[in-house]
Amino acid sequence: MTVLDIEALLTDPKTRIIVCCGSGGVGKTTTAAALGLRAAEAGRRTVVLTIDPARRLAQSMGLSELDNVPRRVKGVGGTGEDDSGELHAMMLDMKRTFDEVVLAHTDADRAEEIFANPFYQAMSSSFSGTQEYMAMEKLSQLRAADEWDLIIVDTPPSRSALDFLDAPQNLARFLDGRLLKLLLAPAKTGGRGMLKMMSASFGLFSRVITKILGTQLLDDVSTFVAALDSMFGGFRERAQRTYDLLKTPGTAFVVVAAPEPDAVREASYFADRLIAEGMPLAGLVLNRVHATEVPELSAAAALAAAEKLERADGSGVTAEVLRMHAGLSRLVERERRIAAGFTTAHPDVPVVEVPAEAEDVHDLDGLRRVGAALATKD
Amino acid sequence: MPEDSIAFPQARLHIVTGKGGTGKTTVAAALALALAAGGRRTLLVEVEGRQGIAQLLGLDPLPYAERPVAVAPEGGEVRALAVDAEEALLEYLEMFYKLGRAGRVLKKLGAIDFATTIAPGMRDVLLTGKVKESVTRADRGRRVYDAVVVDAPPTGRVGRFLNVNSEVAGLAKVGPIKNQADGVMAVLRSPMTAIHVVTLLEEMPVQETADAVTELAGIGLPIGAVLVNAVRGTSLVDAKVTQAELKRGLAAAGLPTDRSTVKGLADEVSDHVRRVALEQRLRSELTELGRPVVDLPFLPEGMSTDGLYELADVLRKAGVRAP
Repeated sequence: MTVLDIEALLTDPKTRIIVCCGSGGVGKTTTAAALGLRAAEAGRRTVVLTIDPARRLAQSMGLSELDNVPRRVKGVGGTGEDDSGELHAMMLDMKRTFDEVVLAHTDADRAEEIFANPFYQAMSSSFSGTQEYMAMEKLSQLRAADEWDLIIVDTPPSRSALDFLDAPQNLARFLDGRLLKLLLAPAKTGGRGMLKMMSASFGLFSRVITKILGTQLLDDVSTFVAALDSMFGGFRERAQRTYDLLKTPGTAFVVVAAPEPDAVREASYFADRLIAEGMPLAGLVLNRVHATEVPELSAAAALAAAEKLERADGSGVTAEVLRMHAGLSRLVERERRIAAGFTTAHPDVPVVEVPAEAEDVHDLDGLRRVGAALATKD
Repeated sequence: MPEDSIAFPQARLHIVTGKGGTGKTTVAAALALALAAGGRRTLLVEVEGRQGIAQLLGLDPLPYAERPVAVAPEGGEVRALAVDAEEALLEYLEMFYKLGRAGRVLKKLGAIDFATTIAPGMRDVLLTGKVKESVTRADRGRRVYDAVVVDAPPTGRVGRFLNVNSEVAGLAKVGPIKNQADGVMAVLRSPMTAIHVVTLLEEMPVQETADAVTELAGIGLPIGAVLVNAVRGTSLVDAKVTQAELKRGLAAAGLPTDRSTVKGLADEVSDHVRRVALEQRLRSELTELGRPVVDLPFLPEGMSTDGLYELADVLRKAGVRAP
């Protein structure tokens, strides 16, 4: 197993974007914040873009709340020779980000018209894939502003870790899609090849959809898409640019997992996918790994000794301690086996382990501890 | 009946949510087994296309069909179904519009995906609609399933998933979708339904459990039990363990008594005691939610078929049974 050198990754001026991804509940957001803090204290001007942080995490950075613009985290500065480091944090507001995209590309009157469109309102706040799309949009904006040495982005808590790679393209495909154009303007396309063959089915489909969804919704969609179309010439192109940005060498993907079968399986899929798409995969962070202080005392030996003591009616406390140790040792062995599932399948992907702590991170010192553990090289 | 009984005598629809990583799929499967015990039949439903049930039970990916997947204790059958929004829509359209082969053609064209994309709430209405149909389905006057267990989306998304009425409100004020949503909501809000939240004794899952209980109660949905997964022992919490005493005990057991062993074990003890103390604080937060709390033991060897039956057994002892 190669060790993931987080320190080198964070301090390399060529690293401009780090994307943390993984399934829900594995400590992705905490990892992103700890990486950001460590980079800032190494002298880099860093921003952490989180998607859905727990209140405690925002509080741990001394921020009562996070919003759609980067807020400077107090008490953080470069520590070494270079003391120019800064940490900023923000939380994605997908509706507001969508509004910004609209405002940036049209005049105020037109924007008002779009904002008032019921389909836009539904889509900008609840469309499946909007969150993922807007996370990528915000990342592009931050990168384009060129104010930051390093941008760390936490990915949305998707159904599957893969969603966030696909969602922007799905959304773009939908908005740009032939089907949408067909449905909104069926007359124009009636005469073309395959579509002609389908037109009988399509007419039926169109009638059914209209019946179920209502003409009003379709009109709203039509107005909205027409407005967008003239604004920025296709969502697909925009999504493609973001996707390409992720493939550039300045980007590093860090897959986060906990030593649980589901999380590691998901991490494995994600690593496969990143490799297949030529995305720059830096490595795996395995969070919350348990360890024993006395590895030479096996679970079996500890249990046998506990039984011996109990039979002899000796020290009850020692027997209990030995049973506790046996439980811990078995947990450690189990986590080893689960982690081996990843390293066997991906021998070339570097891994770094972060030890389990009983309590969650509550303050900057807690994030520093996680950061230090991430940067451990043994 | 045990003190923290989770007997919901009228509940036929059990919806299981929880923060990601808390083991809600495992708990949902154990619940389906417990409810099927003694010659009953239950359906375990998956709605997010993750194929978590198939992975848990070591099966090939589940199709959009109800298949027997496990035999329950003392006879009884668990069937499983992976609901797919596209298939559910086709089924629905077939029922109302008799699309025939045209439906398949539309699917190939991506039209179904389009329809569920254009109306964000529609996907959830279709999924919950299928769940409702399976709960109420009868054959020759007899219900097909004694209980239905849903492996629902995690706490962060479950409110939106279940609140189908508000999802379609802006979309359809009348018509078949609106009727469908109203029918689903009536079942979800009735005593026929119990929504259980799975958690671990860790800070974030407990916080999300509290948030979910508040959110779901606000929507008027019936909260069932809080199911605490992977509970480990609370030994040693009141014990005073000195290194001198440990050293004597280790010697009596014939184990090494060198400094690193003694100190190592003492350090493990203090970590353990700190963790147990935190868990006890979190447990009291869960108790304050005012719902029954049931412990499911930590399975040191990881999840296995045996482990699943062990959890089902714990749930039965806590009072779980089909009406």
